[in-house]
Amino acid sequence: MAVIVLDRAPTLTLTTRTVRRGRRAANTAATWVIGVLFILALVPLASLAWTAFSRGLARFDTDFLTNSMRGVVGAGGGALHAVLGTGLITGATIALSVPVGIAAAIYLVEYGRGAFARTVTFLVDVMTGIPSIVAGLFAYTVFSLVLGPGARSGLAGALALSLLMIPNVVRTSEEMLRLVPDDLREAAYALGTPKYRTIGKIVLPTAMSGIVSGVMIGVARIVGETAPLLLVAGYSDAMNYNLFSERMTTLPVFIYQQWKFKGTDVAAYDDRAWTAALMLIAFVLVLNLSSRLVARVFAPKTR
Amino acid sequence: MSTAIDITSLNAYYGSFQAVADVSLTIAPRSITAFIGPSGCGKSTLLRTLNRMHEVIPGARVTGSVSVDGEDVYATGVDPVLVRQRVGMVFQRPNPFPTMSIRDNVLAGVRLQRRRLSRHDGDDVVERSLRAAGLWDEVRDRLGKPGSSLSGGQQQRLCIARAIAIEPDVLLMDEPCSALDPISTLAIEDLMAGLRASYTVVIVTHNMAQAARISDKTAFFTIDGARKPGRLVEYDDTTTVFTSPSQQATADYVAGRFG
Repeated sequence: MAVIVLDRAPTLTLTTRTVRRGRRAANTAATWVIGVLFILALVPLASLAWTAFSRGLARFDTDFLTNSMRGVVGAGGGALHAVLGTGLITGATIALSVPVGIAAAIYLVEYGRGAFARTVTFLVDVMTGIPSIVAGLFAYTVFSLVLGPGARSGLAGALALSLLMIPNVVRTSEEMLRLVPDDLREAAYALGTPKYRTIGKIVLPTAMSGIVSGVMIGVARIVGETAPLLLVAGYSDAMNYNLFSERMTTLPVFIYQQWKFKGTDVAAYDDRAWTAALMLIAFVLVLNLSSRLVARVFAPKTR
Repeated sequence: MSTAIDITSLNAYYGSFQAVADVSLTIAPRSITAFIGPSGCGKSTLLRTLNRMHEVIPGARVTGSVSVDGEDVYATGVDPVLVRQRVGMVFQRPNPFPTMSIRDNVLAGVRLQRRRLSRHDGDDVVERSLRAAGLWDEVRDRLGKPGSSLSGGQQQRLCIARAIAIEPDVLLMDEPCSALDPISTLAIEDLMAGLRASYTVVIVTHNMAQAARISDKTAFFTIDGARKPGRLVEYDDTTTVFTSPSQQATADYVAGRFG
């Protein structure tokens, strides 16, 4: 057995102990400061969740989920039209942004070289910073030019939201594709596989888990957008099943309208706004949770 | 169906850096040829030029010619994808496809080439390839399990099975045992001896004992210094290279005096 000679042992004097005590004190202080800051950060979140929950529960009933606001003055009515609008506009946004975003990411990772690829990356960065109201104005302008001034539709809303979501999809997909080891690409090439099939059959499936959860987090972010939709999708009290024409309401816009244009029965409008807020928060929560589940389902298995 | 390889005045570059200078050698069909030499001598690069995998790296290019069975793989109009279907490759690190089961990994090459395959034929290919790779008995009960559930040595044999499932003429192996333990290495060396009956095998190895054990011919490469290209020093029967090499550099290297 080896004998360890502690020739430094006698120097462990009072000074070193003091230093140690100082370090321990600093550690304790830092732990407390971080703990307190963490709780402070949680306060607004907890308060928001509690308020939305307690006030939203009042109208969280079947009426709310089965009725629109058509012909409703005062109490009653519901947000079915807004739920439908949210579903349609979000679906259309996904349909517009996911193919474009993933294609751009594939280009950047697998094909892009030189100045053009750098320009695309730069533009994606710029797009990430676009204020949502500017995206709304862009969609408003496009649809006004094509369909005449003031044209409003769910599709215009989806276009505006896509502008916000595409850079998100490009960024997350790009990161996920870069995580796929080059070993796998080389293995596929060495089997006599053309590049496009290597990407389609090996690279994308390997990265799919991350891409899908990235897309779902992107959806969670745009589903709460209000400003661009107020501009281009407008507001309606009634059900609208057609993405291509007429105004369409989403949950955030519904909340805004209920709060902004209260009738005489103020409480009824407030209650509806809170219930819609609760639904929106719950929906985002479900999206975030299911993105984890989906990531696990798509992840490569190891056993 | 095995094939001779003719390499003539081959130079390989990464951008402006020349990695391999003026290599000419002929590899006999149904033999095992070992490329040995110190790190950076271009042996892996040379191996990768044989199935046009070298050019996958951005900026990489090749001059000279490589013929497989009399056909120049660098002639204009030759599709590298088709070259690689005839000249298979096994890499240094085992790289089974993580999204696929053991069975699907073996069939990956066939499926990726869009060849139609009935379930029955698929079973045949899977069994034949896994048997040739010496892995069948170990995995026959769990073909549906992911390829990454296997040990490193088993994964490497799975990669060999995947490479021979597409029935290439030539099998290139780039240090296939350097990430494996001695037992797995032995398993792979045993299976290579069997592969020689039907394939032309070229192996890059850092392990001189391995080259001496398994190969028929050995090519020794070296570099004259950093940033210099690798060159072929000696190419002869393995016994000659290891016992009575004609070049002093070869003698020094195989005796372990450098590298």
